[in-house]
Amino acid sequence: MSFEEWLRQDRIDDWLRQDRLPHIYCAGCGNGTIINCTLEAIDEMGWKKEETVFVSGIGCSSRAPGYIVTDSLHTTHGRALPFATGVKMARPEFHVVVFTGDGDLAAIGGNHFIHACRRNIDMTVVCMNNQIYGMTGGQGSPTTPKGALSTTTPFGSAEPAFDLCELAIAAGANYVARWTSYHVKELTKAVRVGMETPGFSFIEVRVQCPTNYGRKNKFKQVLDQVEYLRSHSMMRQKFLQHEERREPVPDATIIVGEFVKRDRPVMGLPR
Amino acid sequence: MQGNIACAEGALAAGCRFFGGYPITPSTEIAEHMAVKLPKINGTFIQMEDEIASMASIIGASWTGARAMTATSGPGFSLMMENIGYAVMTETPCVVVNIQRGGPSTGQPTMAASGDIMQCRFGSHGDYSVIALCPSSVQEMYELTVKAFDLADRLRVPVFLMADEIIGHMRERIIIPDTVGHTARRPLKPGVLPFHPEDDLVPGFPEFGKGIGVHVTGLTHDERGYPCATNPKLHEQLVMRLYNKIEHARKEIADYDVTNPDAETVFVTYGSPARSVEQVLHDSPGEKFGHLRLKMVWPFPEHAIAEFPNATRFIIPELNLGQVAREFDRHTRVPVIPVPKLGGDLHLPKELKRLAGVGA
Repeated sequence: MSFEEWLRQDRIDDWLRQDRLPHIYCAGCGNGTIINCTLEAIDEMGWKKEETVFVSGIGCSSRAPGYIVTDSLHTTHGRALPFATGVKMARPEFHVVVFTGDGDLAAIGGNHFIHACRRNIDMTVVCMNNQIYGMTGGQGSPTTPKGALSTTTPFGSAEPAFDLCELAIAAGANYVARWTSYHVKELTKAVRVGMETPGFSFIEVRVQCPTNYGRKNKFKQVLDQVEYLRSHSMMRQKFLQHEERREPVPDATIIVGEFVKRDRPVMGLPR
Repeated sequence: MQGNIACAEGALAAGCRFFGGYPITPSTEIAEHMAVKLPKINGTFIQMEDEIASMASIIGASWTGARAMTATSGPGFSLMMENIGYAVMTETPCVVVNIQRGGPSTGQPTMAASGDIMQCRFGSHGDYSVIALCPSSVQEMYELTVKAFDLADRLRVPVFLMADEIIGHMRERIIIPDTVGHTARRPLKPGVLPFHPEDDLVPGFPEFGKGIGVHVTGLTHDERGYPCATNPKLHEQLVMRLYNKIEHARKEIADYDVTNPDAETVFVTYGSPARSVEQVLHDSPGEKFGHLRLKMVWPFPEHAIAEFPNATRFIIPELNLGQVAREFDRHTRVPVIPVPKLGGDLHLPKELKRLAGVGA
């Protein structure tokens, strides 16, 4: 089977805008993996293109809707969620999926994030958390770990990082999960469960950014960073056991899995 | 009926079915009225977390085909500027009501001003052109809101209803028509690229959910809607089209009243100062003062100046430091006398009479 044949028979192929390729993502970027997982989940859901709307803000993550054939809004920095809220409240029968990043969601869009969680509005939000501002060339973000290097934290970040999942839980989202770009199957399933769960579903995906994060933080190869994501991940259940036994886990531990799946009242369901 | 309620009723009559807003004096009655009325007619009212989000929500709703509106005042208007620019760039029809109050900053929440009239023209970054309507009565709060939706849909641009605290909170008797005819948004023709303009430079609207698969971006985009931000020629073409679609319609959509076109002394007003000038004209029938009352300030109806061929001076009372007087001055060799007023009080008829040389 040639590559072209393989591409044609790929199930998600017809969700991508072939006329927009090649994409802008750097070699080794993990965002494509996340787009792939999300489209796979949509495929499993059986959603129709004309009923699905992608919304995004600004940044590398937010370019994703531009490569997908459905109706989509590529909006202003941090504002994807209020735009998506307008779409969903005006037409609750639409399936709304938001792609966002750590800077877009947690810095400039932080207020919109907590209020969308509070409203528990029925949409699925996939956050590509690369812990850096990729598109502008590697500045520190609210999820840049303490001590990590970026162009605006040249001596190591002095600020603590946000835990986006804990934020979403505290603010009221019905479904919250975290995976990494290494966990393709788990991520796909989490996105699907998020789509199935009425209300606000938040899936944080820790993703490698070799160009701007890896280069500055001693990840010589793309795979080094993916291997880091794999080896530092710990299932939430295991983490909770550690916590119960008062055994500390290393600071760099990435807690993965389903954090919450609940049934708070939901806004934006079909009337 | 109160001006703000007339605005909300006009919006409902025009088919507005989505309101996203944030409380702010002196515009809040509009949101409150929409909160009561919209759910009863299968519309959506949502109170957003701030004005940035309010503006975003109405743009999102507009792409699903809904007529959508927000209402605010100066501080909220400043926050909306970011997404107003997005609405301009993406050609999203929407209506933004600004019940103006004294600024800068928090200023005078309960007092009238027209200090945002230049902000609505130039407030977001980059070059563009918009439409601004200025009611000077409760009746016009109703009528011009209806008109705002029609213009927004026709030209695919944010339309501003630039009222002020006096008009918003004033109560007057009004006539509400049984039905309000409105022009529908022109849909995208089949087989046409989503941002390919028709003869009037406005593309058909590729509504979400119709299977068109339109990508909407605030980046410079081609007729497919795809980002293409480093092509100088494409950017110039796009921005010039967005600008010219309004500028070319300038004469045709212009809306103003002319009183005593033979007059030598001509008052020029928009918004509530029109009421003071009407009193002056009423009190001094022998003086034959002219009055050019602008119901639409942007695009500026420069040709309206020629309606007064004998004018020897234009007196322009405004609730700001002369923002429109300066624009007016650009278009005429006749002396322009700005009459700025800050603080929230209207110009007294006797002040204006003194200026015009009556009863001195």
